[in-house]
Order: sequence, then structure tokens, then C-alpha cells
Amino acid sequence: MRLDEQTRPDFPILQRIVNGHPLVYLDSGASSQKPRSVIEAMNRYYERSHANVHRSIHTLGEEATELYELARDSVQRFIGAASREEVVFTRGTTDGLGLIAETIGRTLAKDDEIVVTELEHHSNLIPWQLVARDRGAHLKAVPVLADGTLDMAALDRLITRRTRVVAFAHVSNVLGTITPVAEIVRRARAVDAITVVDGAQAAPHLRLDMPSLGCDFYVFSAHKMLGPTGIGVMYGRRAVLDSLEPGRGGSEMIKEVWIDRAQWNDLPWRFEPGTPPIAEAVGLTAAIEYLEKVGMERVGEHEQALTRQTLEGFARTAGVTVYGPPASVDRGAVVAFAVEGLHPHDVAALLDAEGIAVRAGHHCAMPLMRRLGVVGTSRATFSVFNSPDEVSLLLAAVAGLRSAL
Amino acid sequence: MSAAAHGVYSDVIRERWRKPRHRGEVPGANAVAEDVNPLCGDRVRMMLTVAPDGRIEAAGFIGDSCAICTASADVVADLVTGRSRADAAALEVADVLNVLQSEIRPTRMRCVTLPVSVLGQALNGSKRA
Ligand SMILES: Cc1ncc(COP(=O)(O)O)c(C=O)c1O
Repeated sequence: MRLDEQTRPDFPILQRIVNGHPLVYLDSGASSQKPRSVIEAMNRYYERSHANVHRSIHTLGEEATELYELARDSVQRFIGAASREEVVFTRGTTDGLGLIAETIGRTLAKDDEIVVTELEHHSNLIPWQLVARDRGAHLKAVPVLADGTLDMAALDRLITRRTRVVAFAHVSNVLGTITPVAEIVRRARAVDAITVVDGAQAAPHLRLDMPSLGCDFYVFSAHKMLGPTGIGVMYGRRAVLDSLEPGRGGSEMIKEVWIDRAQWNDLPWRFEPGTPPIAEAVGLTAAIEYLEKVGMERVGEHEQALTRQTLEGFARTAGVTVYGPPASVDRGAVVAFAVEGLHPHDVAALLDAEGIAVRAGHHCAMPLMRRLGVVGTSRATFSVFNSPDEVSLLLAAVAGLRSAL
Repeated sequence: MSAAAHGVYSDVIRERWRKPRHRGEVPGANAVAEDVNPLCGDRVRMMLTVAPDGRIEAAGFIGDSCAICTASADVVADLVTGRSRADAAALEVADVLNVLQSEIRPTRMRCVTLPVSVLGQALNGSKRA
């Protein structure tokens, strides 16, 4: 059975009729839909077990703590982290990147250098701009080549002895480019720079294995991988986390407190101030279990097939331009496209009239838009529940668009 | 597909998108402003020629913008041409919506309001005659 045939019944929202048409949801890259098991796990938690975690000496508190910490074990397994202490929960990718930037930021000195890339989501750019400004550090960006890949020769020139941080996306949320993480990490490590990988678009699509990527930090959001909003993961390599002072303070992250000082808690709690997103952690466990049951290889193959079908279809459609690497190479489940003579927002609005949800705009990647020479693009993204028939509907609808306005 | 488009945008928007009357540079414009819509990156530049007596003699716009935003900019230029600067500054979004004759969803309202706010900036920034 094809993967979508197996999974579609698990997603209640796919019953929706939108503007008189069955929903065709092609915006999982912004936020995926949720299987029933995730929704039910969170409901069950709220109906049976909710309490605050860690400091509650009562049954519900213990249950909540156990469920919360179980989520950490699930994530550890899912990303192949060496230990559960390396898994820190955040509010999402943006929160995780901000936390890392603030934490590492304190250790930077004037004229230190931070290297990012031109294809970054603003979430992996602005926190570094703020840090660079505060510390008098310099921000440099690896250019994107015409084929949507990173200019690795330029990377060699940009990484210098002054480079302290190299921060980059694993999968571009616009081009779908899969960056060579291990290779970039190798070059960054040669100058002892800390590597920070934005895995927001990779975690839903690729099987992750932290030791083979080798990066120091890896962050992602649950809501793009069938889980709930409000929780994300910051993986940090043990040795690096151990060496860092916490970037943010509050309850939960301390052992003992005096008025003028405090002793930090152990990992991973040292980086988790405040009451965490507990129900969301429960939902994340259910999402991971769902993906694991399917198998990430199968998830990746399915989404890759839909991506290829879309790219090949668009290549045959007059007036449609696609961005990013060709269909022949591995890429994320993302297809950004433009329709000649139409603004991306109008494309999205016209497709919505047919029940097809795509995203349009700059995708929080304005420097990349500038490099592509556009103000924005339309973008279709795919998940486990999308079908080849839905791709055909998209292709047919887009083919009819040019005469629409 | 065109049938669907009819439901999405009014004839006025479609017409103004296809054949805007005021798109293009305004030679000698003396009140000019440009701004972007942070939601989508759309950019609109409004250009006005304000006569010494304060009357707006010519108005035009250029920009990278969607159908709604383009139609709005075109309508703004239409409505202010021939008005006094004070009258033009009093232009409201409702006046534009009135001409567009289209139901605009909340997510697209900024597409309508951007040209109106750029008009205000152009009038404020220009020297008073
Ligand atoms: C590559 C990338 N980084 C960061 C983000 C931000 O994720 P979030 O909004 O969940 O913090 C996104 C998604 O919007 C993304 O695609």
C-alpha cells in the first residue's frame, strides 16, 4: 500500500471541505497536520495526568514528570543522540536558535566571526545579527550558487581563525537544498568553531543521526513533524553543553540559589528555565512514535517521490519556474515556484479557491529572495499524508492559473 | 480556473491588475515615498506631483505587488489626482475598498492598506507648497 493510503485515515483534518473542495494541504513546511494519536495523547494527558513537573510530590506530578521525561527519551532515540542529557526542550526552532545565540553570544569577543549562509530562515539569521551587534562580532554569509547549493569554496574562504560559530540550515525551507552538514562541520571544527544546525525542515523528512552529522547543536520544531505547536528540541553535544553557562535563567535550571548567585542544575535541565510545555512533550512523543512506526526511510522516500512528481510536472508546465536543485538530486519535501505574470500571493489565493493550501511570500528568507531576484515565491511542501493525486490536482490548477487573472 | 478567480477577486481588482492606469514613473514628482509589507515583502512606491497651490496634478506608483495591492495603489492614485493635498491626506482605506468592490480577507487587508499608508508618507515627507 502506498504510504498516503495508509496514513490519510489517521488525519482527521483531511475531512475538511475548503471552498467547496476537499482540502489539499500542501503547507506542512510551515506547519504539518496532526494524526489522531497525537491529538488523543494530549487530550488524555490533560484529562488524566496534568500537573507541573519535577517538583510535585504527588501522583499526578509524578505522572506528568514521567511523561515529560519519556519525551526526552523518544527524542534521543529519534535523533540518535548519545545521551538524554543532550536533549533540551525549547518552545520551537526560533526559540532554540535564540537560546543558542544568547548563550554562545556571551562568550564572543570583538572581531570574532559568525558564519551563516544566504539561505537561512530569518530565525537563524536575526539572533546572530543581534549577537554580532552586541559583541562587536562580524557576520558573514556563504553565498548560494545558481543550482541552489552552497558555495563550498566560498565557505573555505569565509571560515577563518576568527570564526567562532558556523550556523546553517540542514534543509532550506525554500529551495529544498540539503546541505552537506558533516562536511561543513568538519571545516568548522578545523578552526574550533561551534556548529549550529537549523533542522526545522530536515527533522520531518530525513532520518537523523547526531553522531554522524557531528554538529554541536541541532534544533527543530515539533509542529512541522506531526507534533504540536509550542515545543521544540535543542540538541547539544554533551561536551559543549557542559562548557557553557546557561543563557537564560529562572526556576528549574538551578540547584541552589542565594540572593547574589546560584548553582546550576544538571543537564539537560540547566537549559530549561520555567514550566516546560508538558502536554506538547506528550504530543511530540506520539508524533515520533507515529513517524517511527512508518519509518523515516519510508517517509523520506514518499515525500521525495511527491517532490519529484511536482518538479517534473512543473517542468512541463508553460510559464512556471521552479527554484532549487534539480529533481535528480536528493532534496527536502519543498518546491518553491513562480507563475509567470502572477504574484505569489495571488497564486496562493487562487489555489485556495480550489481547496489547495500552499504558502506564498518571502518564507522568512528575504536575503535568499533577493539572491533569487524575486519578492517572493509560492511554495508547496509535502508530508506523509499527501498523495500523488493531490500533486496532480496542484499541477492541473497551476496550469490553469495564467489565464485566471 | 477563471471561474474560481471570479470568486476570489472582484472585476475591478482583476481589471486594475491587468491594466493599471497609473503604473509607472511620474516625471518631476515632488512627493515620493516607498514602503514594504513585512508580511509578504511587497513593495510600493507612490509618486505625486503637487502644484504650488497644493493641488495634486499627477499621481502614479511602481512596485512589486499582488493584484490587490496593485489595484489599491492604482485606485489611490486615481482618487488623489486633482485633489488638494489636504483632501488627499484625508483619503481612507474605506474609500479604496469602496472602489475595489471586493471582499478582502483579514490576511490580505495589508495589501489594501499599504498604498494608503505610503500615500500618507509621501504627503508628509514632501515640502509644503
Ligand atoms: C528552516 C526553518 N528554520 C526555522 C523555522 C522557524 O520555526 P518555528 O517557527 O517553529 O520557530 C522554520 C519554519 O518556519 C524553518 O523552515
